[in-house]
Amino acid sequence: MEAAIARPRLHARLWPYAGAALALLALIFVPGFVGLYQTQLLTYGLIMAIAALGFNLLLGYTGLLSFGHSAYFGLGAYTVAFLLQWLGIRSMELYMLLGLPVVAIVSAAFGYVCVRHTRIFFGILTLALSQVLWSLALKFFWVTGGTDGLRVPRPTLLAGMIDFAGSGGYPRFILTYYYYVLGVFALAAAIMWVIVHSPFGKALQAIRDNEIRARFLGMRVRRFRWAAFLLSGTFTGLAGILWVPLNGLTTPDVLYWPFSGEIVFLTLLGGFRNFSGPIVGGIAFTYIKSYAVASTEYWQLLLGTVLVVLVLLLPTGIVGALSKIAKRLSAIGETVR
Amino acid sequence: MSILIVQLLNSLFYASVLFLIAAGLSLIFGVMRIVNLAHGSLFAIGAYIAAWLVGRAIGFGVPVVWLLLIIPVAALAVAFVGIVIEPLLLRPFYRRAEEYQLLVTFGLLLILEDLMRLVWGGLPLTADTVMDAIPSIHIGGLIYPGYNILVIGIGVAAAIVLWLVVYETKFGVLLRATSQDRRMAAALGLNVGLVYVAAFAIGCFMAGLGGAIVVPSHAAVLGMGVEALVLAFVVVVVGGLGSLKGALVGALIVSFVRTAGIQFFPEVELAVLYLIAAIVLIARPTGLFGTA
Repeated sequence: MEAAIARPRLHARLWPYAGAALALLALIFVPGFVGLYQTQLLTYGLIMAIAALGFNLLLGYTGLLSFGHSAYFGLGAYTVAFLLQWLGIRSMELYMLLGLPVVAIVSAAFGYVCVRHTRIFFGILTLALSQVLWSLALKFFWVTGGTDGLRVPRPTLLAGMIDFAGSGGYPRFILTYYYYVLGVFALAAAIMWVIVHSPFGKALQAIRDNEIRARFLGMRVRRFRWAAFLLSGTFTGLAGILWVPLNGLTTPDVLYWPFSGEIVFLTLLGGFRNFSGPIVGGIAFTYIKSYAVASTEYWQLLLGTVLVVLVLLLPTGIVGALSKIAKRLSAIGETVR
Repeated sequence: MSILIVQLLNSLFYASVLFLIAAGLSLIFGVMRIVNLAHGSLFAIGAYIAAWLVGRAIGFGVPVVWLLLIIPVAALAVAFVGIVIEPLLLRPFYRRAEEYQLLVTFGLLLILEDLMRLVWGGLPLTADTVMDAIPSIHIGGLIYPGYNILVIGIGVAAAIVLWLVVYETKFGVLLRATSQDRRMAAALGLNVGLVYVAAFAIGCFMAGLGGAIVVPSHAAVLGMGVEALVLAFVVVVVGGLGSLKGALVGALIVSFVRTAGIQFFPEVELAVLYLIAAIVLIARPTGLFGTA
C-alpha cells in the first residue's frame, strides 16, 4: 500500500493480475478433482465472498462498520422468492435483473439515513434498520412464510437454455451452478477491483484516513459515503440473489443480525485491509463453519473462540498475515543477495 | 378499566427488566466505551443460574420463602463472570479500534450462547415455584400475579440504588471521572483498571439480576439473550448510550410501546420499535439524554 509514493515497477503492478488469473484457473479446475459436496461448499464460499467484497467496500475502504448487512443479503433472497411466487419467474438472469434494482433502491434509502453518522452510531443504525426488515419477514407470515420461509426451486440458467427439471437434475445443477456463480463472482470481483482503484475508490480511502482533510479538498464526504453504501449493499444483495436457489429456501435467519455478524466475521477472517482478504475469508469461513457444524453440536462455541483468538492474535486476517510473512521472506532474500 | 391497569402493570414489569439490562449496557459503554454485544447473554446466564438454583433448592427441600434469596445470588454469580471476562478478554482491546471491541464481544456472545446450551441443555428451565409462592392480587375482576409487583419493586429499588451509587458516593465520582476522561483520571492517580473491572461487574450484576427476576415468570430458554440484547439496544438508542436517565426513560417508552403493540398492532410491534430507534437516531444521534 505504501508503494503508492513511488510508482511501482511494471512487474510489481502485474502481480495481482497474474495471481487473480492463477486463482481463477485453479477455481475452474477444482470440481474435476473434488466431489459434489465440495463443489457445492465452494459455491457457497464464492457467494459469501461476493457479499464480503461488498461489505468490505464500506469497512475496509470507507472505514464504516455496518452491523446490518444481513438486510441486503436477505432482501436479495426474498426478492427472488417473491418474483417466483407472484410472477412465476424462473430465470436466474431475470432474478438478477429485477432483484438488483430492488436491493439498490433499498440500500440507497437505508444508506441515505445511515451515512449521516459514523462509528458506533452508524453500526447501531444499520443494525436497527436491518432488524425492521427481519421483524417484518417474521411477523407477516402470510406473505413471507414466517419462520418456515419461502421455497425457491432450481431456476433456469442463461435465459432458459439450461433447465434442471427431471431426474438427475440435482448433480447437474450443482456443477453447472458452480460455474455460473464463478462467472458472476469473477465479474463482480473485477468490477469491485475497478471501483476501488478508480478515483472514486481513492476518494473513499482518503475519507477513511482523514475525513477533515478530505473535506478541505472539497470532497462531499457524505455523498461519497452514500455512494459507497449503495454499491456495498447492492453487492451483498447480489450474493443473496445467488444464494437462494442453491439453498432452496430463504428464512428470516438471513435477515437476523447475527448473520450480519457472520459477514463481519468472515471479512475480518480474511483481512479487511486487502482487496483479496474478503474473498479468502468468505471461502475459508464457509469451510470452517460447515466442518464445525458437522463435527460438533457446539459449533458456535468453536466459531466464537476462533473469532476471539483471531482478533487477539491475527488482527490483519489470513491475507494480512500471509503478506506479512511474504514481506519478511523477501526482506531476508534481499539481505542475502 | 381493570384491563388498562393490568396492561399498565405489565409494561412496568417489562420496563423494570429492560431497565436492568439497558442500564448495565449503558453503564459499561459510559465508562469503558465498549458496546457489549454479549450483554444479553449475561442476562440469560442470570436467568439460567437462578432457574437451576431454584430447582436444586427445591430438591433439597428449602422452604419456598428462602428461594427469593436465590435472585441476588444469581446476580452476584453473573457479576463474578464479568470480573473474569473483563481482564481476560476486554482489557487487551481498549487501545484498539472500535471494530475489534465489537467483534470480540460478538465472539463472546457466540461462546456464551453455546456454553449455556452445553451446561443446561436445550430444554427450557423453569422456576415458577417462586412465582406461585407469592399470592395473586385482584384488580377489578382480574387476577394478577403478585410476583410481577415484586419485580416492579425490585426494578424501582435497583434504579434508586444505582442513582445513589453513581451520583452520591465517592465511587460514583471515580466512575464518572473515568468516563469523562480516562487519561486524566489515570494521571490523577486513579486506578483506572480497577474502576473498569468494577463498572463491568456492576453492569453484569444488573444484567444477571434482570435475568434472575424474570425467570420465575418466563422460563429460561436459549436465544433469550439475543432477543433481550436487541431490545436493550433500542432502549439505549432511544434514551442515549451512556446515560442512566436515558436507560430509564427508554425502558419505559419501549415497554409501553411493546405492550400497546401486542394489544393493538401485533404484526408490526417489533418493526415499530426498531423504527422508533431509527427515527431517534436520525433526529438526535445521541438519543434523548445522551451526551457522547
